[in-house]
Amino acid sequence: MTATRALPHDAPSTAATVRSFRGDGDSTIPAFLVDAGTFSGPLDLLLALIREEQVDIYDIPIARICEQFLARISTLELNDAAEYLEMAARLLRIKAQMLLPRADGDDQWDDPRAELVRRLLEYQQMREVVDVLERRGELRRNQFARSYVQSSITPPAPIALSLSLPELLGAVDRILRAVRQPTMHEVVARPLDVPGAITIIRAVLALRERARWADLVAIDAEPWQVLSTLLGILEMAKIGELRVFQQKPFGSVDIVRDVAGEAA
Amino acid sequence: MTSLAKLLEAALFASARPIPFDELSALDLDSSPAALRAALDEVREHYDQEGHGVELVEIGEGWQILTRAEYTEAIERAQLAARPQRLSAAALESLAIIAYRQPIGRAEIEEIRGVAVGGVLKSLHERGLIDVVGRGEGLGRPLHYGTTPAFLEQFALRHLDELPRADELAVALRSAASEQSASIPATTGAA
Repeated sequence: MTATRALPHDAPSTAATVRSFRGDGDSTIPAFLVDAGTFSGPLDLLLALIREEQVDIYDIPIARICEQFLARISTLELNDAAEYLEMAARLLRIKAQMLLPRADGDDQWDDPRAELVRRLLEYQQMREVVDVLERRGELRRNQFARSYVQSSITPPAPIALSLSLPELLGAVDRILRAVRQPTMHEVVARPLDVPGAITIIRAVLALRERARWADLVAIDAEPWQVLSTLLGILEMAKIGELRVFQQKPFGSVDIVRDVAGEAA
Repeated sequence: MTSLAKLLEAALFASARPIPFDELSALDLDSSPAALRAALDEVREHYDQEGHGVELVEIGEGWQILTRAEYTEAIERAQLAARPQRLSAAALESLAIIAYRQPIGRAEIEEIRGVAVGGVLKSLHERGLIDVVGRGEGLGRPLHYGTTPAFLEQFALRHLDELPRADELAVALRSAASEQSASIPATTGAA
């Protein structure tokens, strides 16, 4: 900013502003007018105006900018306009303050634009960051990462069951048809062979006087063989061919040839 | 490639997010940080020098395998993957403010932008780019917002420090502003 620049060049331009504003009316819109909706806010629009008008941000010709600002927002829908209208009011207030007379060389004069300038600078700075983010974001946007969908961490909520009676019956029918018929086993009675078992027991006892259960029945004997042997032992004990006794309760059973019976 | 490099490659392939260094080191507790870095370099060089369609990039406080930009068009045309939508200017502005001033409340963001930002903050939050990081001391204890790791990833930043420092921005404007913010009245008044 140069010291030679006369500050209050707002004053002459104000008259022109008012005239042109009224003269043009709302119907004629400059060809370069961009819909205010494309701006992200009143500060964005204000910065654009300052760039367009090529004015010094530290020495904003407030009347000119204010007029431009009002022209731009005249096309706005009322719903979107609130923030712009607030800024417009602010600009008008600053414009009015600038018109107040002040003593020459008064160092204590508070520039009413100072706060606006501070906000514009802050906003401008943020816009630079936006540029950085846009550039960076575009880089990353053009690269794909592996996309990975975490499989069912939350199972879908159960849906309430709703079906008609025929549907239900049909389902039951399908299930019943799908059920396999029960497997029927035919049990064939196997005749016991007690005489055969007696023959074996006799043969064993002929070789030795004393035998045990395990000596008479094979480990892999089938049930009919076990039963036959048992019945055979009992039968032989009954006719006195052998004796059965235990040394102690639940002890192993000794099968002994009955000498007396043999003798008889 | 060394077996450690292969292990890192497999883990990076399996992950949809950038993997931070400490999580990579958990893959092989016997390997020193230096060995891990060397292995990461090895994977990157392998992709760069042997002509691969993917590359290893350091991003979002971690490492991630990404497709090379030159294949994006073809992939998108074949509808195998779609680029995410660009953020609106309003969203980017709010995001920029949060990135620099975090933790920051809604009122402060609105003061800088000069517009209401409630809806924008909501959509940024839904996109996972910002999160509530605390509450302020002021009236009503306003929510404070900060950026997330997803923000870093989406803007190809390794960490927040990679954003230009505030004093590197608009150097002329900035320095002038800091000199003049207090003295604007005096200088202009003197003119």
